[in-house]
Amino acid sequence: MECKRKNEKSKSNSTFPDEVLELVLGMLKSRKDKSTVSLVCKEWYNAERWSRRSVFIGNCYSVSPEILTRRFPNIRSVTLKGKPRFADFNLVPANWGADIHSWLVVFAVKYPWLEELRLKRMTVTDESLEFLALKFPNFKALSLLSCDGFSTDGLAKIAANCKNLTELDIQENGIEDKSGNWLSCFPESFTSLEVLNFANLHYEVNFDALEKLVSRCKSLKTLKVNKSVTLKQLQRLLVHAPQLGELGTGSFSQELTPQQCSELGSAFKNCRNLHTLSGLWVATAQYLPVLYSACTNLTFLNFSYAPLDSDDLAKLLVHCPKLQRLWVVDSVEDKGLEAVGSHCPLLEELRVFPADPFDEGIVHGVTESGFIAVSQGCPRLHYVLYFCRQMTNAAVATVVQNCPDFTHFRLCIMHPGQPDYLTQDPMDEAFGAVVKTCTKLQRLAVSGYLTDLTFEYIGKYAKNLETLSVAFAGKSDWGMRCVLDGCPKLRKLEVRDCPFGNVALLSGSRKYESMRSLWMSDCKVTMNGVRLLAKEMPRLNVEVIKEERYETHQARKVYVYRSVAGPRRDAPPFVLTL
Amino acid sequence: MDNSLRISHEKELNLEATELRLGLPGSDEPEKRSVVRSNKRSSPEASEELECMSKGNMNSNGSDVTSDHDQDNVVPPAKAQVVGWPPIRSYRKNNLQQKKGEEGEGSGMYVKVSMAGAPYLRKIDLKVYKSYPELLKTLGNMFKCTFGEYSEREGYNGSEYAPTYEDKDGDWMLVGDVPWNMFVSSCKRLRIMKGSEAKGLGCL
Repeated sequence: MECKRKNEKSKSNSTFPDEVLELVLGMLKSRKDKSTVSLVCKEWYNAERWSRRSVFIGNCYSVSPEILTRRFPNIRSVTLKGKPRFADFNLVPANWGADIHSWLVVFAVKYPWLEELRLKRMTVTDESLEFLALKFPNFKALSLLSCDGFSTDGLAKIAANCKNLTELDIQENGIEDKSGNWLSCFPESFTSLEVLNFANLHYEVNFDALEKLVSRCKSLKTLKVNKSVTLKQLQRLLVHAPQLGELGTGSFSQELTPQQCSELGSAFKNCRNLHTLSGLWVATAQYLPVLYSACTNLTFLNFSYAPLDSDDLAKLLVHCPKLQRLWVVDSVEDKGLEAVGSHCPLLEELRVFPADPFDEGIVHGVTESGFIAVSQGCPRLHYVLYFCRQMTNAAVATVVQNCPDFTHFRLCIMHPGQPDYLTQDPMDEAFGAVVKTCTKLQRLAVSGYLTDLTFEYIGKYAKNLETLSVAFAGKSDWGMRCVLDGCPKLRKLEVRDCPFGNVALLSGSRKYESMRSLWMSDCKVTMNGVRLLAKEMPRLNVEVIKEERYETHQARKVYVYRSVAGPRRDAPPFVLTL
Repeated sequence: MDNSLRISHEKELNLEATELRLGLPGSDEPEKRSVVRSNKRSSPEASEELECMSKGNMNSNGSDVTSDHDQDNVVPPAKAQVVGWPPIRSYRKNNLQQKKGEEGEGSGMYVKVSMAGAPYLRKIDLKVYKSYPELLKTLGNMFKCTFGEYSEREGYNGSEYAPTYEDKDGDWMLVGDVPWNMFVSSCKRLRIMKGSEAKGLGCL
């Protein structure tokens, strides 16, 4: 079912029928390409907008549902991102906004045949989930990442009412987990599920219902269960679904008889299509070997919730020669990372999360030598997220020399403002080496003790940089100015606890219109500076989040973004729009 | 962009002169304290002071962090926690199992202690204590509360507060029911509940 462009036939000089042009432009896959073609001429703009089936909105306040639906009448799939990223770290108060409901109300009228909704950092209530389940008969795929505001009751409504559901993906959300009953709400006639991810939900689901669901959904490709599912239960699920491509296990710590253990091993062996494995949660090392036979074709291993030690990881990685992406906890230590370097030559992405971010007890974690070891064994490495407690300039320089193709370099030295631990120098040269060597760099997160020199380097060399995250760094406004002046492709800049003030803020006035957003918190920006920016740039939304206890001339949390929708109409009282 | 241009621009804007302030003209903003961290453990009293200080002054300018002493007399011996740092999603922070936490490798067995109404949580090392009375005495000092006499039948009946803990299975239990060693190995975190809240536990 589609809106037909009855009344919009433009008088065209070309002999190319509109419908054909639409069809052709509709085949373009990349968002950037679609955007570009729409700028060629009016005909192409119209053809493109009618052909568009999916839309990605990186900041839900940059456009309104009315403007969106007016431009694109035939959308089936919507991806929306809401709150600023630092909301994930509790820097944005509750009830800030980014509520999906007003969008759904418009979509119910304009996109009644909507099929997919993918949300990140949005507020979604149970009421909205029910509305979604009831008003969109063709609805197929729901993905919620880092969202808040709903409970498992809302999920129950989706399960009960979305007859054509193919995907339900619930990840890392701040939700009210009331019970596991929602899963039992899938009707017995329901068989269309292809993706089911409830790994991050707490409560036990009815296993009988889950088993039946898995066995009747023959197209199930992705199944990620939560901690409450035991090894014995997992074995039964795998027997029903050997076709799985992505599996998230439950806890790996039950007592099994040798018979049960071997049955589990066989079940894994039968999963010949497995390319992604996650879960484990509490893993008893003795059962990890049952996984080995399933690891041959594994390209993504997500053990970011499984605190394994170096030996367990090493033994497992021997069986994963094709690994491209690996997420681990730093309990694997440097020795574990050496094993990564030895066994995973095809590795492209590594993320190391801290087991103990607040340093309770004596922790080892990973150091610069683990980082170097990976870079030596994995020349294709281009994405890294690395949490550590010590780093040196020399080590980072070595890493990028070994792996010059970094596109995403996110280094988090966990003590704010910590220098090179061997030389006590600032970490400027480390990030200097990164931007000088890695010309394809798109995303950078810096940490450690940094002077303005780091930012001079970034401004001078990071010509492809799109996203920059800065915390507890820099010496003066100069630093931020270097970045704003020097990085032509900068889209997102997020800064916290840095000595950048009004001069820095205002130096980027014109630039912010070419960016998605700017976040500055606990810097030296004042209300006067923010007001000046708002005055100079009326097409930007300049917002300040006010917290009572601070003096009124400070602007502690500033969020600036471009928008065609004008100032927010749903801003809570603590968000001041200037 | 060179330095001279930068400095003159700053002078032009002269934003500070036009600031609305609550202080007297001519008085500057108080020095922002930087967040200093060290590896030493502190006594509970000192770390309490530190947490009050650091929560009031989150603005670090990232400089001189490791070498300077804090200007206001206390060199914070314990780790200060900064809001939203390290940058890990809350979901992940709350859900990572502590590896081998129960066996403690001689490195201390820290558990969180919370109390209803208290603005922030504390941490204690269970390995430091040998018995329930020692533990309860410390908890009482830390949170300025008292627990009544424990009895198997009545729990901590008669006191305003009762100590409870979350065990390995995720259940909330009354402190004192099981032998001390079993408690230490199964306790994941502690919570001081009001006597009225804890009544349900005591009556089991």
